[in-house]
Amino acid sequence: MKKAFPILAVLTAVLLAYAFYEAWWVAPVDALQGQVYRIIYYHVPSAWTAFLLFFINFIASVEYLANARPSTQRAAKWIVIAIGTLGFIAPFIPQVRQQLPVGMYPSSVATTALIIAGLYFLTGKYFPGQDLDLLAVTAAEVGVVFCTIVLVTGPIWARPVWGIWWAPGDIRLTSTLVLWLIYVSYLVLRRFSDSAQTQKLAAVLAVFGALDVPLVYFSIWFFRTQHPQPVIGGGGSIDPRMLHVLLINWTAFLCFAYLVCWSRYRLEKLRREVEEAEVLESLLEPAGPVAPSSKAKGALNRGPQ
Amino acid sequence: MNSIRFLYAAYIATWTIHALYLGSLVRRYGRLRQQMKDLGKGK
Repeated sequence: MKKAFPILAVLTAVLLAYAFYEAWWVAPVDALQGQVYRIIYYHVPSAWTAFLLFFINFIASVEYLANARPSTQRAAKWIVIAIGTLGFIAPFIPQVRQQLPVGMYPSSVATTALIIAGLYFLTGKYFPGQDLDLLAVTAAEVGVVFCTIVLVTGPIWARPVWGIWWAPGDIRLTSTLVLWLIYVSYLVLRRFSDSAQTQKLAAVLAVFGALDVPLVYFSIWFFRTQHPQPVIGGGGSIDPRMLHVLLINWTAFLCFAYLVCWSRYRLEKLRREVEEAEVLESLLEPAGPVAPSSKAKGALNRGPQ
Repeated sequence: MNSIRFLYAAYIATWTIHALYLGSLVRRYGRLRQQMKDLGKGK
């Protein structure tokens, strides 16, 4: 990956430039909003990317907590298999299918269930032990960056279209702000706590925080809000040319997010190695062990990795 | 509708936020490299 990084970075830059070109010059003008609607090409992909990263943080946190004991690890595996199997079969049962909201297809629910189960086992395979915690903190931090973009570009878009910067009490807007605050608290907790329990506490907070993601996503399906109804699914419709540009931009944002996550993950891994080396050095001092720095205390509390 | 400036603002804000975050990553890498150097000197 270290050698491939510059190549991937160049390819991502080219893709981002192409996505920008498509968003500004190729996508048709919106009949109602005019040119300003083009904010959608940054606002929506940023939101989807943030949701995906928070979801990865959730999976990694659940798995980190489940791996604390072999019995909970086994139980979690069976629960995930059950969710995957039920989620794949249930949407096709006529009684269940009738309960699905308009625009939610059984195939998309089944695919989501399979992705959840698949992602759980893949993260467990490729991120063993403490690496799950590294993945969780990486996904949360980069997710907060994308969520910040959503919260900044949203009001900039709302002002010319709705005539107001923010709609107080709107469930989509409020739940997104709450989501951002939850993950900022998660990062603050990780940054300032040296306790041996920090990682577990952060994982529990992440699990509760992730419950807000479906609320944010489905709020516009189930409630009438100032925020527009979904343009994809949920009975909404979008011009195929606009959808095409939207998907190109999302792909570019996903590639960019992947590279940023990779850098952040590597940074966190190196930081923990340095902290451990500092602890070792302080213990091997000729004059006997000296008080470790606050950062080294964190490594001491975390134990061997 | 004279709203093009909002469009510019949204795109500029997006890349400013990304640039600030990437800048913070670079700074943290730099600090870590310095810490590694200091550790090397200690040996």
